[in-house]
Amino acid sequence: MLTVENLTVEFPGRFGVFTAIEDVSLTIAPGEIHGLVGESGAGKSTIGAAIIGLLQVPGRVANGTMTLGETDLRSLGPVEAHRLRGERISMIFQDPQTSLNPLMTIEDQLIETIQAHEDISTSDARARAIALLEEIGITDATSRIKAYPHQFSGGMRQRVVIALALCTNPELIIADEPTTALDVAVQSQVLDLIQRLANTRGIGFLLITHDIGVIAQITDNVTVLRNGKVMETGPTDKVLRRPEHPYTSALMAAVPPLDRKLDRFLVPDDDTPDLAAPTGRSAADAEAWLSSGTQALGEGLLVENVTVRFSGNRTSLFRKPPAFTALDDVSMSVRPGTVMGLVGESGSGKSTMAKVITGLVQPSAGRLCLGGTDLPLARERGRKDPSRRLIQMVFQDPYSSLNSRHRIGDILAEPLWLYGLEADADKRRDIAAAMLDLVGLSADAIDRFPHQFSGGQRQRIAVARSLLARPRVLICDEPTSALDVSIQAQILNLLKDLQARFGLTILFISHNLAVVRQMCDDVTVLKGGKVVETGASEAFFTQPDAPYSRELLQLTPGFTSGAAA
Amino acid sequence: MAYFILKRLIQSVFVMLAVAFLAFSLFRFVGDPVSQMTGVETSEQDRERLRDELGLNDAFIVQFARFTGDMLKGDFGYSYRTRQPVAEMIATRIPATLELGTVALLISLIVGIPAGVYTALRPRGFVSQTILMTTLVGVSIPTFVIGIMLIFLFGVQLGWLPTFGRGGTVQIGGWTSSLFTSDGWRALILPALTLGVYQLTLTMRLVRAEMMEVMRSDYIRFATARGIPFRSLYFRHALANTMVPVITIIGLQFGGVIAFSIVTESVFQWPGMGLLFLESIRFVDIPVMGVYLVVIAFFFVLVNMAVDLLYVAIDPRLRVREDA
Amino acid sequence: MFARLVRSEPAYLFFRSPAAMLAAVVAILVIGGAICAPWLARTDPYDLSTFSLMDGLLPPVWQGGDPRFLLGTDDQGRDMVSAILYGARLSLMIGLMAMVIATVLGVGLGLAAGYFGGVFDAIVMRVADVQLALPAILTALLIDGVSRGLLPPEMQQDLRVAVLTLAIALSLWVNFARTARASVFVERNKDYVQAAMIMGQHPLRVMVRHILPNIMGPLLVIMTVDLASAILLEATLSFLGIGLPADSPSLGTLIRIGMQFLLSGEWWILWVPTLFLVALVVSINVLGDFLRDVFNPRLR
Repeated sequence: MLTVENLTVEFPGRFGVFTAIEDVSLTIAPGEIHGLVGESGAGKSTIGAAIIGLLQVPGRVANGTMTLGETDLRSLGPVEAHRLRGERISMIFQDPQTSLNPLMTIEDQLIETIQAHEDISTSDARARAIALLEEIGITDATSRIKAYPHQFSGGMRQRVVIALALCTNPELIIADEPTTALDVAVQSQVLDLIQRLANTRGIGFLLITHDIGVIAQITDNVTVLRNGKVMETGPTDKVLRRPEHPYTSALMAAVPPLDRKLDRFLVPDDDTPDLAAPTGRSAADAEAWLSSGTQALGEGLLVENVTVRFSGNRTSLFRKPPAFTALDDVSMSVRPGTVMGLVGESGSGKSTMAKVITGLVQPSAGRLCLGGTDLPLARERGRKDPSRRLIQMVFQDPYSSLNSRHRIGDILAEPLWLYGLEADADKRRDIAAAMLDLVGLSADAIDRFPHQFSGGQRQRIAVARSLLARPRVLICDEPTSALDVSIQAQILNLLKDLQARFGLTILFISHNLAVVRQMCDDVTVLKGGKVVETGASEAFFTQPDAPYSRELLQLTPGFTSGAAA
Repeated sequence: MAYFILKRLIQSVFVMLAVAFLAFSLFRFVGDPVSQMTGVETSEQDRERLRDELGLNDAFIVQFARFTGDMLKGDFGYSYRTRQPVAEMIATRIPATLELGTVALLISLIVGIPAGVYTALRPRGFVSQTILMTTLVGVSIPTFVIGIMLIFLFGVQLGWLPTFGRGGTVQIGGWTSSLFTSDGWRALILPALTLGVYQLTLTMRLVRAEMMEVMRSDYIRFATARGIPFRSLYFRHALANTMVPVITIIGLQFGGVIAFSIVTESVFQWPGMGLLFLESIRFVDIPVMGVYLVVIAFFFVLVNMAVDLLYVAIDPRLRVREDA
Repeated sequence: MFARLVRSEPAYLFFRSPAAMLAAVVAILVIGGAICAPWLARTDPYDLSTFSLMDGLLPPVWQGGDPRFLLGTDDQGRDMVSAILYGARLSLMIGLMAMVIATVLGVGLGLAAGYFGGVFDAIVMRVADVQLALPAILTALLIDGVSRGLLPPEMQQDLRVAVLTLAIALSLWVNFARTARASVFVERNKDYVQAAMIMGQHPLRVMVRHILPNIMGPLLVIMTVDLASAILLEATLSFLGIGLPADSPSLGTLIRIGMQFLLSGEWWILWVPTLFLVALVVSINVLGDFLRDVFNPRLR
């Protein structure tokens, strides 16, 4: 049905022409779900945009052919191309929160889309829209159709988006990361829906994603992209299990498996230094400096009956705003020198927990203990409290966690200066350089700015900064979820090595169960601010106690790599 | 929604109170009211008696309460300069300023919004670039210079339009209007243009920026990908979303219109409140200054309340928040 | 490579934008001329003894005027070149001073309001609300009027410039406060600020060392645009006759004086300072517009 041959997309720019897509070919048959997978910058979305004719300026298709059925997509004029959009090709975007016009009802948006492509009366269009919403799993569609987008939850909204893409009966739907912004439970429903539509309606899907698990779960065929070039293409099962291209094998090896724990990821271009035998002299210095603290690094962290309530937004003069309970009587114990995984869906209170421990959020009840002594809660915790140094945090987004206006050297020296660990500015600089070496960056990074580094490198810098406080507890809040899988594998390796070497206590917060399995000794599951289950990691993954845990494990798109790992 | 409106209402009352306080402080502390009202020959006892009569010896808060109460009753005191009731002086001037401001605002919206939409949709075109450059020059020319240039061109060189005063006016109730005679309109054109041009450039640039922002949003990209006709895409989807922030700013701009009408009225000798205010500043006529402030703030608050209601009408997220 | 690219971005855009380059040249010429006025001007327009009524109302040289007076003279015999250079000097000085005061006041209040939130924020924003209800020009007029009422007459003349500067500054601070506050709200939730707060850094250090450098972009744009506003405001106030008196003319005062010659043939007395003022403000605004584009790449 869709045939793309030798597609080349170029972006003319200041420094000459940048070739975003080079010589890409793929075909999609009716009813086929074709996965397009690759890491950031691979050009996945550009291919989708080129097919539907919505390349961002100044991008242009430089070469190749794209045909849909009998229609040559490249030869269409702007008017014909626009008529074809919706009618024969449609698109689903990543974030359902922003892909619907907030000022129009679902009904108006659906009817308008149907009438744009078909000469049909408004009442007929409405009838079809309602039937479609029901098919797609929106109950009570006759009345819900009058609602505005903001009155739907995230998952429901993505269904509405799918209904909008579907209401004109297109032959091909391009789905650009359709489940990335969703929780696993909703993700699995949306994926089921896509599967069903492909089977029953014979719609071809081009499913663009970075998530190998999603690819493994529903695609028939897959194309692996890197830097705008096709690395490998073929039936999903074959490509994922018996990859022929070295890049694909490397990619598969970097995907954390859900069903077992690896000691270390096999990352081919891994520059994580071997910590057991430090090579560079300065890495050894950093190690010596880290160990020269008087006490051992690890220290247990105890959370007892912590409850956090946020007051809601006031919307009425007479009613008190409803309080939102982010954490409800949560207790857990992170044993010294071990890694505790804190898992849950969005809104489960994971990040609030991190903020309680770091003193940013004041709990309304509860107690914290660090290594046997009471840890003051947010309001009581003074700026000079020793725990400010003992507990350090690594954030999710390495692009915002480093101040973009400061040099790496200043960022790294700040904890040394602030905690009075080193009075001499030159020595601070030496220690910072040594620490960079320890986390696998060259020491000349010290005079550069954060924007000169990639996401993975920045996350290494963030880890280095946290270590420079000589902490005993490290809180990692989704430290790899903003990173590509291969980079994720490197960072996870680094954290594992550091933890093993220095016996750090780590609270590892993540929504990704597979990652948690690789990292953690113990696991605590949160749901709606309550602890569902807490216990040893292996037991949790093999025999979960709570029904919710079982469901969570079941719904996570599993991928078990074959011989590659 | 009711809460949203109520919250804005309380804020407005606060603003009004603060401005009233400002006016009161002016009246009370800038110059001595008693010495303004009396001559040099008045004896100390008479002054003291007057002081007592006026309540100037009462506690500060009591005086302020009385001042506010009088204002609410429509008693705005007397001008130091003309000895007339200030309420009367202002009331006769209000129509001129309001008509001028409204026509100017209309000019700015009727021209500014389409121009903003056009330049947002064709940002790289020659016409857009020309319009943008022109508006940049437009915001840089002081209002009074625009007025002078218009007077010079249409009044002096071409002799087409009158350059001062309101022309023929019609009395409707207590309202003196120049909107009902061709003479009045001729007199209104130049001042309204002068006042409108500056607001126009602001409106246009604002609409353009917001429109460009909206055109990049996911829902516009999604609507494009569904093949929604361009006309609907631009005007039904994009422009409606653009209007949400734009009307807020236009509400704020109303203050600007009133303020710059001071300049315009001065250039064209337009007998509005602005001219009165300028005169009162020159003669340190504190009661008139104070009342002018209160009246301006009142109009401003009124317009912004209307804007809030409009906001609720446009944006469903505000309308249904309570049951969501 | 990437580093150089980013660092040279503004420079690259600058040399690609003829409007920005032209504006920069005009601004530099005007500002340079204003700074060097005492050396460039042949007469001191403040000193009555340096010019003579005999030279009054001479047209510019190309209309057959006296070669000593390039752009002609006014009715007092004042050299127009000297008058606009000194006028620009005064206008720029007041504008710059007012802008700096407004920046310090507004950014300080906005930063603190955004960082601390709560009651302090509420107070600052309510004051800003009131200020918004009374637009800039009104505030400036009001402060001017009040100063007339409060200051003894003999001090009024001496303090004219100070009062005017203060009046303009106080009418412009809201812009800075609102922008700074809005930016702080965005920045405060970013991880690098959270990291600094977790470490227990002093709030002042977090605000000044961490947040401030990251919100300089939008602030710089407002500084430029508000410098233009301040100059316009000063000109307007002087034009209305409540700014600077005729014996120390700023550009606005010169235009007001020139208005008397609107109907007679001596066009240069009005249009020379007017054009000069417009050229100055246009060039500052073009530069501001350029900066806005640089700091908001999405609008490009």
